Amino acid sequence: MTDAASEPDKITGPTPDNALRAADKADDGPVLAADGKPLKQSLNRALRAQKLRALALIAPLLIFVLISFIAPIGDMLFRSVENQIVGETLPRTVTALTDYDAASEEAPGDDVFEAAYYDIFYAAENKMHTRLGSRLNYEMTGASSMFRKAGRGVDDIGEVYLDQFEDLDENWDEARPWAELMGDPDWISAQEGWDGESRMPAFELRSGIADILPRTATTYENFARFMQNEEEESPLEEEPWSVVHTALYQDLSEGDVSGYSGPRSDMLQGAADLVASPDFETISFRDGFEEIDEDWVTPEIWQIIKTYSPAYTSGYFLNSVDMQKTEEGPAMRDEDERIYGLLFQRTLFMSMVITFSCILLGYPVAYLLSNLPASRANLLMILVLLPFWTSLLVRTSAWKVMLQQQGVINDVLVWLGMVADDGRLVMINNQFGTIVAMTHILLPFMILPMYSVMSTIPPSYVRAARSLGATNWTSFWRVYFPQSVPGIGAGSILVFILSIGYYITPEIVGGTSGIFISNRIAYHISTSLNWGLAAALGSILLVVVLALYWAYDRIVGIDNVKLGG
Amino acid sequence: MNTTGSSFLPDSSQKDAFVEFDRVQKSYDGLQLVVKDLNLTMPKGEFLTMLGPSGSGKTTCLMMLAGFETATHGDIRLDGKAINNIPPHKRGIGMVFQNYALFPHMTIAENLSFPLEVRSIGKSDREAKVKRALDMVEMGDFGGRRPAQLSGGQQQRIALARALVFEPELVLMDEPLGALDKQLREKMQFEITDLAHRLGITVVYVTHDQTEALTMSDRVAVFDDGKIQQLASPDELYERPENSFVAQFIGENNTLDGTIREIKGDTCLVELDDGGLIDAVPVNVSKVGERTRVSIRPERVEINKDRLQEGAHTLKADVLEFIYMGDIFRTRLKVAGNDEFVIKTRNAPDQERLTPGTQIEIGWLPEDCRALDATN
Repeated sequence: MTDAASEPDKITGPTPDNALRAADKADDGPVLAADGKPLKQSLNRALRAQKLRALALIAPLLIFVLISFIAPIGDMLFRSVENQIVGETLPRTVTALTDYDAASEEAPGDDVFEAAYYDIFYAAENKMHTRLGSRLNYEMTGASSMFRKAGRGVDDIGEVYLDQFEDLDENWDEARPWAELMGDPDWISAQEGWDGESRMPAFELRSGIADILPRTATTYENFARFMQNEEEESPLEEEPWSVVHTALYQDLSEGDVSGYSGPRSDMLQGAADLVASPDFETISFRDGFEEIDEDWVTPEIWQIIKTYSPAYTSGYFLNSVDMQKTEEGPAMRDEDERIYGLLFQRTLFMSMVITFSCILLGYPVAYLLSNLPASRANLLMILVLLPFWTSLLVRTSAWKVMLQQQGVINDVLVWLGMVADDGRLVMINNQFGTIVAMTHILLPFMILPMYSVMSTIPPSYVRAARSLGATNWTSFWRVYFPQSVPGIGAGSILVFILSIGYYITPEIVGGTSGIFISNRIAYHISTSLNWGLAAALGSILLVVVLALYWAYDRIVGIDNVKLGG
Repeated sequence: MNTTGSSFLPDSSQKDAFVEFDRVQKSYDGLQLVVKDLNLTMPKGEFLTMLGPSGSGKTTCLMMLAGFETATHGDIRLDGKAINNIPPHKRGIGMVFQNYALFPHMTIAENLSFPLEVRSIGKSDREAKVKRALDMVEMGDFGGRRPAQLSGGQQQRIALARALVFEPELVLMDEPLGALDKQLREKMQFEITDLAHRLGITVVYVTHDQTEALTMSDRVAVFDDGKIQQLASPDELYERPENSFVAQFIGENNTLDGTIREIKGDTCLVELDDGGLIDAVPVNVSKVGERTRVSIRPERVEINKDRLQEGAHTLKADVLEFIYMGDIFRTRLKVAGNDEFVIKTRNAPDQERLTPGTQIEIGWLPEDCRALDATN
């Protein structure tokens, strides 16, 4: 109305003309509800309660699924790339290896061994070294035992120094003198006053000690914190680890402590003199490691550590497709080490065979079911469903009884004379057994969707085809069959996706040649504990299924899949 | 009951019968006959409707003719040859189904081409015939569509075109218009009869809608209880029903129960149960004293005494209800104890509008009142 009002020759106010103009204007803007608010807003408000109600109805299931299913699966899948264990367990080594040329044929320098010494020592105290060993064992056979030996062996390196310091002065293997040397006096008195139940006063280094004995200070601090937090023991009463003595030796051999005048200065001075004396026995870290296991001085282990030092790795996925990380990037494994490609192929192939067998066996049954009068169809349906209601394990075990070499089928064949007693057929613990048992088990999943689709096809279509001059076969093939395809599609998707992830039946009747990728995943989850690889294999399986689903949608159209009606 | 004798057969005789049911019986369970002793002869080019309530056996007859059901007894002949043992696809009979049965996975053109393909007709020939058939039902532009993309009426036309595309001489239609709305149904009724007559094909049409039967057919066979109750042309069926069932089933009908008092040639005197006397035509009553049910169409009841002939019997009637229906007035009366007695009068300028609560006198020409069997 503002335009109209600003023009002098127009009358403002409620005239019929103005009312019409106002009506015209309203058409341009949003449609208004009776209360003058935009209609869309009113509609949203009206629907909000309905939406909230719907949300409230699904909320319990949604929360349940999120917490108990989606989140753990997400976590599991995340494990397929997660690789923090190397960087977290061997932080110093990883840093020291930065400059190491992984392509070189030589083991790295002593600084790397020194870093590894400290890392593995701490890891051994934390009992992390075996886990790291298992992790690296996936990439390099033998790594597990190397780390286990190193966990025990690193003590020997420190013992060299510990023993000599102890021979010099017994106090070097006593808890209290060390605490006085390294600890803040206030902390010592607080620790002495600790009642044994409340929280221990956190260890603090004495000011200045870190400047004189940098390595020793860090190492002792690590020790003290570990004692307090993990073992809940007072550092005042625990003799330090041998690694502290190694650090002391390093500090004394490099630095000058003559200016030190704090507590236990005599003891420290004596040790410094001992280290300076030519009789002092030392051992290089490299030699120490060589003594533990000769493999430690070969380049392979260091290359593996360097390759797997990042927090995220494609290693598990490469493993899943029979590849490995090398210095030159991903490469195929040796012919004889490839198993997963074959397993994936076999899983897909056998799932297809099973799906196809289910179609062949299920189609006539579904056809018969949908063309019988209801009373007899129900009876037959019970026969179809009966196996459905029987335990999966029972059915699979029954097949074992049927198919084994001394089993029912072989006995009958021998009795009939069709098979010689010494030539009994091998029908179990191979692909044949898996296919037979799984076809039987998955058959209802094929028949039910086919039946529900077929029962919606009116008989008039076939009648129409016949009245138009088509023979029985033509009217079936050209008219009935195409309309039953959605049922076949639904059943096939169901059976194929179920069988691709099937575990229990191949496990029981599959032997070695009839197992599926899921059996391998289960193996890695529960036996080899290589969860990363299991997660990677599972992710690939998931992607394959989704890709097949997508391809099916593109080719057949998911709208054409009907489970009924 | 002689069905063929009283019916009128357009330029035909028993000799050139095209479709023939000869003492056909059908039972599904071996206990009950669904079709009892069916005799029916159709000349070439006739449009015959089988009309009846559901369960009367009409669809079974159609299915036996099409070959989807086998007759338990008797012969079905097509063009002089018994076809009992010929499978449906070799009978060459076109059929239109109630739900059209257009193949949903084929386009319209493919649907029409199907009967030609199974007859191994060459591609160019096929295309020409499909095009002709589509043009015939004015659906020439729809060849590329799928059945689901068409409206009910369009699907109906395609179903018709498909039944005709291979040029059958006999076409069966099983309630083909049942799923359409009233207006479309009326339009299609006209189109189907027009097409049938134009192409000179013989049509057997099954319906339970009596209006459809009356407007479309050359002859109508009224089925009930597995038997043809009457086979006659629509006007004869409506005006001269041969028994109570037909009278009741076809159109609106008033009935009065009574007893025959006198039969004089082609009129009889009926004493109604309340003592009133009326004149009627004896149809399937034969002797005095027999119970009868007289039937009179609402539009044949006369309320203007001047139009009745001398000496005609009249009855007193109480006006119960007057309904204005636009083109006609519908008045409900109580006559001889029957308070569902309806009369229809034309909405003419001089037409009297009856007032409920008044008493009038009604009568009719004896030939419009038929004394029929008293079924229960």
